[in-house]
Amino acid sequence: MELTREEESALKGEQGEIMQMAYRILLATGEATDADKLIPIEWAHLSGVNYNTIGDAGEEFLSGISKNARVKVKTTLNPMGFDIDNVSNYGLDDNFISKQLSIRKSYETMGVTPSFSCIPYEIFDIPKGGTQVSFAESNAAIHANSFDNLKTNKESSFSALASAITGKSPYSSLRKEDSPNITIRMKVDNPNELTYGMLGFFAGKVGNNSVNISGVGEMDRRSCKALCGGMGTSGTCAKFLFGDGDSGCEKVDFDKKEMNEIHDELNTAEKGDLITLGSPQLGLEEISELTGKLKGRSFKKRCMIFCPRTVKEQAKKIGYTNELERAGCEILADCCTCLTPLISKDNIDSVTTNSIKGAYYLKNSNGVDVNLKSLSQIIKDETR
Amino acid sequence: MKILVQGKTQGIILKSQHPINFLGTVDKKTGIISDKNHELFDKSIKDKILVFPNGVGSSVGAYTIYSIKSNNVAPLAMICHKADLTVATGCALANIPLVIINDKEFSSLQTGQKISLDTESFNPIAFL
Repeated sequence: MELTREEESALKGEQGEIMQMAYRILLATGEATDADKLIPIEWAHLSGVNYNTIGDAGEEFLSGISKNARVKVKTTLNPMGFDIDNVSNYGLDDNFISKQLSIRKSYETMGVTPSFSCIPYEIFDIPKGGTQVSFAESNAAIHANSFDNLKTNKESSFSALASAITGKSPYSSLRKEDSPNITIRMKVDNPNELTYGMLGFFAGKVGNNSVNISGVGEMDRRSCKALCGGMGTSGTCAKFLFGDGDSGCEKVDFDKKEMNEIHDELNTAEKGDLITLGSPQLGLEEISELTGKLKGRSFKKRCMIFCPRTVKEQAKKIGYTNELERAGCEILADCCTCLTPLISKDNIDSVTTNSIKGAYYLKNSNGVDVNLKSLSQIIKDETR
Repeated sequence: MKILVQGKTQGIILKSQHPINFLGTVDKKTGIISDKNHELFDKSIKDKILVFPNGVGSSVGAYTIYSIKSNNVAPLAMICHKADLTVATGCALANIPLVIINDKEFSSLQTGQKISLDTESFNPIAFL
């Protein structure tokens, strides 16, 4: 990768340790993506916020760099471990809470907007088409490239952080007009969001940088998010295009057989002790829809709903919160199902969810069994 | 061969034919693979030369790599078939040597072999 004189000087450490670290990360990113230069980006979205995921090493690292590091562009943030409004209900220890608040403080000191959301594309204005951004959250990177006409790598926590601090990112193929070399033919009839999540999970496994997806009709927002979430979990793929692609594209079918294999991999329980909705977090539209679907019914067991704080506040104003709480829901802002410390295998054996991404991490990280169901099935089976 | 993070080390190979999602698969305190479905389940990656196709999944896996290094349970080096940003940047920050090798080189490496890795050398990978 060619660097300018100023970039070379930063890499040598002439602009301080923080810049040297950031350019070392950008250099590795550039080599990994075969980029030939760095280009400016306008928005960075960082992951690596939840104390449950980054631990003491991450907390100490952020506390250390926050003394000198400042972000150069608009920078937003992934969810953390809890909602401060109701954290006392979930039995988290004081150490977790204080370490999490230290992480929050470090990011704020660096100038990051504390949005604590994995759906930045839904709660912030989308810049004009073609704008270069650096999104670390995998579902958000895929959503940005595939639905929002933005350009980003499937950044890591560190490459997005380096982009935030320098305002730059390597000019990789995903930032140009790339064309996928593989087409996934969707063959499953009457798909719901769970099917799209599994399609995404499958696409992530077979795709490399980007894939075409053919045979899908109109998708609602929940299904779009499920597709992005599933894809981000299983692979390195950062973009999909709808269509058949070039005639030279390798064709791969996603049929009942492929779907059932993924279902069997992730669905390990017949029923759940509690329900989680959100991973990605729910937006206002989904909250409104859920409220409408409940129509006075109540959940028979605990149901945790994860959303951004702005959505929680809007939902309260409109009156959705009242209705959802009446139905027995726990509404949590600033955090998400994915890697939540609020569900522990010490007191929960299994969780029902419609999220493929959530299922993967609940199973592997929280160590609980998962019961996969679509939202409409959840409402049918789990409410009265 | 592509060198993503420079360095020099020698050790025993632990190889996986399948990609690794560092977040949620690797225990950051012990360096042990905790995903029951993964072929390296229950194995420790500490002080090994970890050979695997590529990293997948969560972007936060980069912090897991940084954490295992801070907790002294990291591999001595990583050798991948395909570059991905989670592994590349995690190794860059943690100073874990990382190289990308081709199909043929990837199939020639097997668990249990002792190798040296020196990114400055003309032949970076040598069997011992």
